[in-house]
Amino acid sequence: MEESVFRLPVGPQHPFLKEPAKFDFDIQGEEIVGARMNFGYNHRGIEKGCEARNYYQAMYLLERVCGICSHSHTTAFVQAVEEIMKLEVPKRGLYLRMVDCELERLHSHLLWLGVAAHEVGFDSLFMLVWRDRELVMDILEKISGNRVNYAINTIGGVRRDITDAQRKEILGIMKTLKQRLDYYAKIGTHEPSFVGRIKGVGTLSAERAAEMCAVGPFARASNVATDVRKDDPYACYAEMDFKLITSDLCDILGRVIVRVYEMIESCTIIEQLLETMPEGEIALAKVSRRVPEGAAVSRYEAPRGEDVHFVRSNGTDKPERVRVRAPTLANLEAATESVIGAYVADIPIAIASIDPCFSCTDRMAIVLRDRKRGTRVTTWEELRRRGIEWYGKNKGIRF
Amino acid sequence: MEVVKPLLYILVFPGFLFQFVFSTYLEWMDRKFYARMQNRRGPLYTGFRGVLQPVADILKLFFKEDIVPARADRFMFSLMPILGLAAVVTAGLYLPVWLFTPYNSFEGDLIVVLYLLSLPSLVLFLAGWFSVSPYSLIGATRVLTQLFAYEVPFFLALLTPAVVAGSWQIQKIAVYPWTSGSWWVIGIQLLAFLVALLTLQAKLERVPFDIPEAETEVVGGPLTEYSGKKLAMFRIQKDILMLVGSAFIAALFFGGFPGGLWIGGLWLLVKTSIVVFLLSVIRASFARIRIDQIVTFSWKYLAPASLVQLLVVLILKGNGVL
Repeated sequence: MEESVFRLPVGPQHPFLKEPAKFDFDIQGEEIVGARMNFGYNHRGIEKGCEARNYYQAMYLLERVCGICSHSHTTAFVQAVEEIMKLEVPKRGLYLRMVDCELERLHSHLLWLGVAAHEVGFDSLFMLVWRDRELVMDILEKISGNRVNYAINTIGGVRRDITDAQRKEILGIMKTLKQRLDYYAKIGTHEPSFVGRIKGVGTLSAERAAEMCAVGPFARASNVATDVRKDDPYACYAEMDFKLITSDLCDILGRVIVRVYEMIESCTIIEQLLETMPEGEIALAKVSRRVPEGAAVSRYEAPRGEDVHFVRSNGTDKPERVRVRAPTLANLEAATESVIGAYVADIPIAIASIDPCFSCTDRMAIVLRDRKRGTRVTTWEELRRRGIEWYGKNKGIRF
Repeated sequence: MEVVKPLLYILVFPGFLFQFVFSTYLEWMDRKFYARMQNRRGPLYTGFRGVLQPVADILKLFFKEDIVPARADRFMFSLMPILGLAAVVTAGLYLPVWLFTPYNSFEGDLIVVLYLLSLPSLVLFLAGWFSVSPYSLIGATRVLTQLFAYEVPFFLALLTPAVVAGSWQIQKIAVYPWTSGSWWVIGIQLLAFLVALLTLQAKLERVPFDIPEAETEVVGGPLTEYSGKKLAMFRIQKDILMLVGSAFIAALFFGGFPGGLWIGGLWLLVKTSIVVFLLSVIRASFARIRIDQIVTFSWKYLAPASLVQLLVVLILKGNGVL
C-alpha cells in the first residue's frame, strides 16, 4: 500500500489560498495521511522597517501588517509604547479604541464566514454575508474615513472623535446586524449540506489545542477558554459585560458557531460602549516623541486570536526592536495537523477554518553563531518559568 | 436539395447554431436567476441586460492562447473537446421540436439519447486523464465516481414516463398526455421528475454536485490544463448539455412542445426556462457536498425513490388505470 500514497502539492498559488503558502499532503485515495506546511513566500521585513522609523511612522507601518486586523496591530503596538512611557490614556480614547476593535472583529468574522461558505461551494451565503459586511465597513468609513487601514490610533489615545449622530446611527445598524446574525447562525448550524460538510471535519481535541498553543476562535472552538479580553483585560474590557464563547464540538462547525456567536457578543459590546461612553478628551494633549529606555510586551485579542507585540526602546525616537507575533503563526501548525484523516475535499475549509493570514505571519529568523561569546540558548522550561514569574510580579496573575 | 437539407438540420436547426444560441440564452437566464437569489445583479452590459454575456465569454476564450501541456497526450487532449461537443449536439438533434420528428424519430431513440448524454462525463474523465496533472487526475476520478452515483437513478427516473406512455420513442412519450387526454399523469410522476432534476444537476456538475471541478479544492478539475479554444468548446458543450438535458426533462415529463413553429417554440422556451429556473434554485440553496456524500445520497435516496416511482406506475398500469 506504500506506493499508493501520492503527494498533492497545494500552493504557493492555489485558488483556495488568497495568499502564498505551501502545503504538501500525502494522499491515499481521497484520504489525507500526512501533511506538511511551509511558508515564507511573503516576507516583507516589517520588523526591520520599524527599527528604521520613529514610533509614529512605525505605527503606520504596523497598521499594514494585516489587511483585515490593521487596528489590532497598531493597538497592540501603541499599548506597548504607552506602557513603556507610563501614559494614562483618557477613558474616552480607550472606549473609542474598543469600538473600532469590536467593529474590526465583526467585519473580520463576517469576512471569514463568507470565505468559509465559499470554500465549501455555498456561494449564496458568501454573497449575503459579504453584503452585510458592507454595513460594518460603512460604519468604519464614517467614523475613521477609511475602510481598511483606519489610522485612528495614536500614542496616548485616538485621533478622531465620534459625534452623537454617528453614535445613534451605529446603534441602529447594530440592531439590524444582530437580526441578520441570528439568521446566519441558523443557516450556519442547520443547513444540511453546509453542516454535512463541516461537522466532524478537521477535529482538534482540547488537549492537543492547548498543547500546541492554539489561540483565538480556533482554540475556543476546541473548548479551550482563552481570550485575552478575559484573561488579561486591556483597555476597558474589564468593565464590559460579555460572554466568552466556547464550543465543545472541536470541529469546523464549532469554529463557525464560535465566530457567529462572538459577533453577536461584539454587537453587545459596541452597544454597551456607545451607551456608556464617557465625556472628555480623546487623547493626551502632549506626548514626547522620545520614548524612555525600557521594554514591554502587549497582548491583544485580534479577531483571529492573540496578537503579541514586543517593543524595546533605547531612549531615542526610534524603537530598538519590534517583534510581532501574529495569531496565524500560533494556529497554523495545529491546523495542518487537524487536516490529517480528512478527505482531499476538506483541505480548503480545514485550513481556512483558522482564518489564516500568511503575510502577517511571515518572518525571517537567522541565528548567528557568535564564536567568541557562544550562542546563548534559552530552553522552553526556562522561558516558561520566567514568563510565570513576570506575570505574577507585574500583573498579579497566578498560573 | 436532398443533400443540403440534412446539412441544414445538423448545422442550423435543430443542430448546432440553434442549440448554441438557445443554450447561451439559457446560461444567461441561469446566471440572472442565480445572481438575483444572491442579491446581486448578474450580467448587465453586453447586449440587452447582459444577454450576450455568455457569447462574449466564449468568444473571448476563442481568442486566448491555447496551451497543451508538454506531458499530455497531444492527440487525445485535442480530440476530447470535439468529441464531447459532437455527442451533446447529436443528442440535441433528437429533441422533439417542429418538423423534425418524422425525420429523426424512431422507436428506441430514448436509449440513444441517454447514451449520448452519458458521453460528456466519459469525455471529461478522459480529458482529465490525458492532461496528466495532479488536479486533473483527481478531478477525473471524481467525474467517474460521480457518474456511477447519479447515472442509474437518472436512467430509472427517465424510464418512468416511458413506461407510462408504453413507448421508447421520445416523440410518443411527449405527446402521450395530449393524445390520451389524461393530464393527471404529470402529477403522479413528480417524484421521478424530482430525481431527474437532481441527477441532471449532478450530470451538469453544478452546486451541490460540482465535486469534480470544485474550484477551491481541485482548481478546475479535469479542465485544469485546458485553455483557449478547447476550453471554449467545453463551455459550449456544458451549455448545450444544460439545454438538452432540461429540454428532454420538459419533453418527457411535461408533454413536449407541440403546435408547430411558433407555439411549439414558445412551449420550448417556457418549459425549458422553468426547468433551468429550478436548477438555479437548487444551485443557490446548497453547499457543495463531498464525493462520499453524493454516492450515499444517490444510492440511499435517489435510486430507491425512482424505484418506488416505477413501482407505482407499474401497479397503476397493471390495474388498467393508465
